[in-house]
Amino acid sequence: MTLKTENNFHQPGKRFFRPYRPGDDFYQALIETHRDLSEAQSAKVNARLILLLSNHIGDLNILREAMAIARDAVVPGSDTD
Amino acid sequence: MFLTYQNPVYAYVKSPDQGAAEPVHHPLIVVGAGPVGMAAAIDAAMRGIDVLMLDEDNTVSVGSRAVCYSKRALEILDRLECAQPMIDKGVTWKLGKIFFRDELVSQFDLQPGEGHKIPAFINLQQYHMEETMVRRMSELDNLEVRWNNRVTSVENGAQRVRLNVETPDGPYALSCDWLIVADGANSPIREQLGLESKGQWFQDRFLIADVVMKAGFPPVRWFSFDPSYHPGYSSLLHRQPDDVWRLDFQLGWDADPEQEKRPENVIPRVKAMLGEDTEFELEWCSVYTFRCRRMEKFRYGRTLFVGDAAHQVSPFGARGANSGIQDTDNLLWKLKLVMDGAAPERLLDSYSDERVYAADENIMNSTRSTDFITPKSPVSRTFRDAVLELSRSLPFARALVNSGRLSDTAFLVDSQLNSEDNDAIPGDMVPGAVMADAPVQGVRGERWLLQTAGKGFVLYLYTENASALHEAVIAQLQSLAYARTALECILVAQQGTAAGLRTLHDSQGLFAERYAAEPGSCYLIRPDQHVCARWRSFDVSRVSAALAQATCNV
Repeated sequence: MTLKTENNFHQPGKRFFRPYRPGDDFYQALIETHRDLSEAQSAKVNARLILLLSNHIGDLNILREAMAIARDAVVPGSDTD
Repeated sequence: MFLTYQNPVYAYVKSPDQGAAEPVHHPLIVVGAGPVGMAAAIDAAMRGIDVLMLDEDNTVSVGSRAVCYSKRALEILDRLECAQPMIDKGVTWKLGKIFFRDELVSQFDLQPGEGHKIPAFINLQQYHMEETMVRRMSELDNLEVRWNNRVTSVENGAQRVRLNVETPDGPYALSCDWLIVADGANSPIREQLGLESKGQWFQDRFLIADVVMKAGFPPVRWFSFDPSYHPGYSSLLHRQPDDVWRLDFQLGWDADPEQEKRPENVIPRVKAMLGEDTEFELEWCSVYTFRCRRMEKFRYGRTLFVGDAAHQVSPFGARGANSGIQDTDNLLWKLKLVMDGAAPERLLDSYSDERVYAADENIMNSTRSTDFITPKSPVSRTFRDAVLELSRSLPFARALVNSGRLSDTAFLVDSQLNSEDNDAIPGDMVPGAVMADAPVQGVRGERWLLQTAGKGFVLYLYTENASALHEAVIAQLQSLAYARTALECILVAQQGTAAGLRTLHDSQGLFAERYAAEPGSCYLIRPDQHVCARWRSFDVSRVSAALAQATCNV
């Protein structure tokens, strides 16, 4: 198994007629999860979310690959964003 | 006033109704000669309903306004015999390119593959479209238009609707059996009836600038997140006919609309986007805010709301006018059956149910686009920018980039007009879907499948060789033409003909592909080209039951 980078959003038992729909459903749920939170609270929610999803994935090879991509081109000390 | 366009003036003509002792009665009145109201009036007239159109003004849209027209809206307009001049005049496009900080990160093709009569999208100024529709209205003898007729009040009675109308010659009164309200987002009639359209305002402002220039850009929807010439915001570039280009700049909530509209403030923004040396002239500009909202229902007794009067969306995705035209497509065949006494009035409630469902989907999609384009919190922006950064290299992130999900059709899978779908047929042509077009060769010269549906109900039966069809089956198919709700049966075959039945040849095999058809497959199609039932084999009693279900005759 390697990290999936193709669009993989889906929902068992639900039929989608538009390819953008499952991804958009996910994205809205993600943004909703943060509704009305302070930045510090959001950081906390994000940390918990990553821990939960990491345990669900479990495979350390995949998790290390994802961490490397996430960190890629984010350079310490150059906080331009 | 405009460099490339002069608005026509349609003459106000005093009607004999204005001098009548009693309010003159009409079967159907449509209020509002915008794209949606005109689609309603033309559809009504073509279905044989005598219709009166009232418009408060005497010209078409002032300014280009809605410029993107979708495949489905054009398919409906094609049935109304309006689409071809629009397509001829318009700029056909199907590709969208999305940039993040000046780098191309994603693109989409709205119509991959051949075999559709109508293009994915055209761009056309709203005034050109409306002129085409005004011309079409004038061809229909049972459609009367009265310009400069402003409806001042409506009494929505149980037996009939009464209207008071203001004209240059003073007020007069009318009545009608049915009223279609297409008087726009601020709908004076909706307000006057004490009805509300509820929803959400968005805290952002956008600048539209139409510029005239000779530029070599291809006809592509060009969307930029955080470009260097407009940092922190988004912009959009779209080509229209007549060398007019639509530019759209996100300004933020704190921008002053009056200041931003001034040419001395618009021109530097345009130059920054197009390059200092680009020659252009400013045609039109406008600063807008927007909201997403809808009425609770679209039918109130004898009054039916369509288009922006019924529902309003943010402009990302071109889901306004395009969905309004789909409203009228859904409504008019039902109204015709009810007016003819061939269906009960509750068929009109299905108009409300189905189009409320579609409006919710349009509002949801355009709200999601707005939230992606204009993130509302630091964490939303962090996620948004992370998606855009990852989209440079990772397909899943490209799929999440949302610069507007362009107008498509709702699948009305929960409609009460559908029959049960039990035959495990693959593909998307489920009950509630809009028919996919396909090239065909008909013995009467038909070239496209969609040309053969849209007047009444149609049953398509797929078979290998039409000449080999059993006589008993042919007799049963023909008998359906004389049912309470008339139904035309059309054979789609690989070869052959059958006496007394219209036959289309699936010349490129695309009907079979798009409808997952095997010999014996049947699709029952509503007059608005929606599938309402399908089976693997023909059974006359099931077809009759499905037809009754689709017309509320159960």
